[in-house]
Amino acid sequence: MKLLFFVFTVFFLSTLSAQNLLKGRVVAKNEKETIAISGANIFWLNTAIGTISNEEGAFELDYLGTNDRLVISYLGYKTDTLTLANNKTLIHFLKEDEGAQLEGVTVSQGRKTIQKSYFEAQNVIRVNSEELLKAACCNLSESFDTNPSIDVSFSDALTGTKQIQMLGLTSPYILFAEENIPSVRGAAQAYGLTFTPGPWIESIQITKGAGSVVNGFESITGQINTELLKPYTAQPIYVNAFRSGNGRVEGNAQWAQQLDDRWHTGLFIHANQRTQRTDRNEDGFLDMPLSEQLNLLNRWQYTDLQKGWVGFLNFRFMTDEKQLGQLDFSPAQANSSNWGSVIETQRWDTALKIGKVNPKLTYRSWGLQTAFSHHDQNAFFGNRIYDIQHESAYLNLIYNSIIGNTNTTFKTGINATYDSYDEQVDSTPWTRTDRNIGAYIEVSSNSEILNWVAGVRVDTHNNLGTFVTPRFHLRYTPFETAIIRAAVGQGRKAANIFAEQQKQFGSNRQIKIRNNGGAFYGLQPEKAWNYGVSYRQLLLRGNQQADITFDYYITRFENQVVIDWETPGAIQFYNVKGESFANSFQVAIDYAPSLQWNFRLAYKNYRVETRYDSGQKQLPLQPKNRYFFNVGWESKPGTNNQFWRWDLTWHGLGQQRLVVNPRDGTGRWAPAYSLLNSQLTRVFSSRFETYLGAENIGDYRQVNAIVAADQPFGLLFDSTQIYAPVFGQMAYLGVRWKIK
Amino acid sequence: MKYTISLTVSLLTCMVALGQEVPSKNEMTEFTVNGNCEMCKKRIEAAALNIKGVKMVRWDIPTRVLNVVYNAKKLNIESIHQAVAAAGHDTPIATAPDSVYAALPLCCLYERNDYN
Repeated sequence: MKLLFFVFTVFFLSTLSAQNLLKGRVVAKNEKETIAISGANIFWLNTAIGTISNEEGAFELDYLGTNDRLVISYLGYKTDTLTLANNKTLIHFLKEDEGAQLEGVTVSQGRKTIQKSYFEAQNVIRVNSEELLKAACCNLSESFDTNPSIDVSFSDALTGTKQIQMLGLTSPYILFAEENIPSVRGAAQAYGLTFTPGPWIESIQITKGAGSVVNGFESITGQINTELLKPYTAQPIYVNAFRSGNGRVEGNAQWAQQLDDRWHTGLFIHANQRTQRTDRNEDGFLDMPLSEQLNLLNRWQYTDLQKGWVGFLNFRFMTDEKQLGQLDFSPAQANSSNWGSVIETQRWDTALKIGKVNPKLTYRSWGLQTAFSHHDQNAFFGNRIYDIQHESAYLNLIYNSIIGNTNTTFKTGINATYDSYDEQVDSTPWTRTDRNIGAYIEVSSNSEILNWVAGVRVDTHNNLGTFVTPRFHLRYTPFETAIIRAAVGQGRKAANIFAEQQKQFGSNRQIKIRNNGGAFYGLQPEKAWNYGVSYRQLLLRGNQQADITFDYYITRFENQVVIDWETPGAIQFYNVKGESFANSFQVAIDYAPSLQWNFRLAYKNYRVETRYDSGQKQLPLQPKNRYFFNVGWESKPGTNNQFWRWDLTWHGLGQQRLVVNPRDGTGRWAPAYSLLNSQLTRVFSSRFETYLGAENIGDYRQVNAIVAADQPFGLLFDSTQIYAPVFGQMAYLGVRWKIK
Repeated sequence: MKYTISLTVSLLTCMVALGQEVPSKNEMTEFTVNGNCEMCKKRIEAAALNIKGVKMVRWDIPTRVLNVVYNAKKLNIESIHQAVAAAGHDTPIATAPDSVYAALPLCCLYERNDYN
């Protein structure tokens, strides 16, 4: 009984005292933030009852009632004396004492130059213009050197262009878009990436896995969208000059002008040339082609923010000429005894984009995208001829709105494409017209925990028939530091076997197509499913940032056009009978220990196999293992905004399978090797900078680049069997000057 | 005379009816909501967007103005104020419960200036 009484008393007392306890926090405004004031004195006036706030600014104190006044004081702030009408949690803001100001603390955080998406359902990697400055970066094909998600092969000895790969598959399986209008397709597939100069690029978005249905059914392994500089935001006057040790000279000039409060215009000029003949391996062939390019772009931008109108009108002209082959070859000599090649390309592009955003209901908008291009290539390779003319028209009408509220949005629309091809392959002409009309809808649901994007489109194509393309992307955040993504989607494409495999003309292999009645050179179209999962774990946040990402993607072809180099003297094209797939695994670590340093490390494993006549095999010249390391450093900017920027990239390539040929014999593998590139930039001010760099610092070269180089007109001559750079170490120097 | 009066009355009624706004599916409103930071923005916008009939919300940090597009046939403005206040942020016509306000994270504590 006594015990019970005691318990009661304690309980009663404790509730009593709890009721009479004043709880609160002492805080203050610092610039925009609310901060805790720890160590503030809180006491009842003229009493000995007082306390000190803790690290969170919180305090607890007996509540004395309305007759007493509470004093809150802290050094550097005005002392406040309050009368509390009732006992409720007190949140008190102290005001700074103007007489004694304390220095504010600024927190700065650099923007990462490669940003992986956090909130989007799609696995998107954004590359901004600062990242693009890290590579020698003269054109789009060279913009991915410092990015582990894209594999850039070294320049092809014959054409000097860099091939890019994503998830183990080459660029025809990637959908390229320029400001969301498909580009680098059809006739432009082989060299198109070199037709977009680096200084014109504002940013690049790389989506892994089947992309959005809005841009068409063609993407299979991913999408790469390039945003060009906009007249509205471009530097008014800018020049850039570049020269490399292998005789490449490039110049860029840019001018942007505001015409009135709605119209802006910009003119972008690019020219490049390589005139130096080099033959370090002394096989009698140029190590790098001679080339010349002139590229002009004129953009008009209309913006009326009040009414919600935006418009772009682009005109573009490009002319490009490459000469390659034996050193003594001169295009002027007709029927020369020397092997040589000239590739001439002219291209016109025009695009019109109009967008209208409802000024009140900003989630409602519609857009119209139209583009026309004319591509004309004339080329000969020794005695072989490859000419292609490609006219293309594109139309896309999109409507954006919401379902319920802005957490669920949708895009719907129709698009139409027209492509007409006219090719001359040796003595055979090929003509084809592709017409397609499609309708699509894509619904996105956004929340912090779970996002998804589901899209479907239906197309009617004169050569592919009527078909449905589904795609689905999902992002899930089980806890704040982890992001899981999954994607599944289908893609189809017509294989333009000559335009895509233009390097085949650098050999005298006989072309054999196994006609099965298909609409594309007698072949059936390609069709594949892509599945992928990705897991990203943030390891460190705040001043030090680190994360690790695991990606696993599978592309499984239901139909594919096999490019069979396995028989010497022949190149065969046939629809696959049996398994064809590309499995890619990537683990990448990003670590930024401070604002100055940034490290990237990646390992990639590719199992890319197809069923050849001669059996199931890994694709030739495709390393199974790739390693990547990049370190970047930037000094702290000085008073005039001057600083140093340095970066070093190491690419490790594992063994590559070689096809049977007189040089390599049967069943051989190319040795593993690595390449090292580095660049140092001195930014003198926000206006002027100069950069110096070197590629292939270790000077790794494939000496015997051309098979049967001594018999360039013989059946076994083949310049396509290249697994390493032909041109070794290369240094370059450039300046960038923002005049205005 | 009777007719004239009734005609005038009915005309007036019509005019009054026309003058009154018919509730529309895409009504817009804006009002000040107390708060400071990015976290407040998420909380305020989520609270408003969770109401059935609210289509779009945007809270601007520097001006502290909340823009709302909502279906006026489904809800009235007061319910938006109440939902935002229930999440801890005062609006001109609704006050957050003291316990919810006091439990806000430090960076979100805005100055209420009321001690009574």
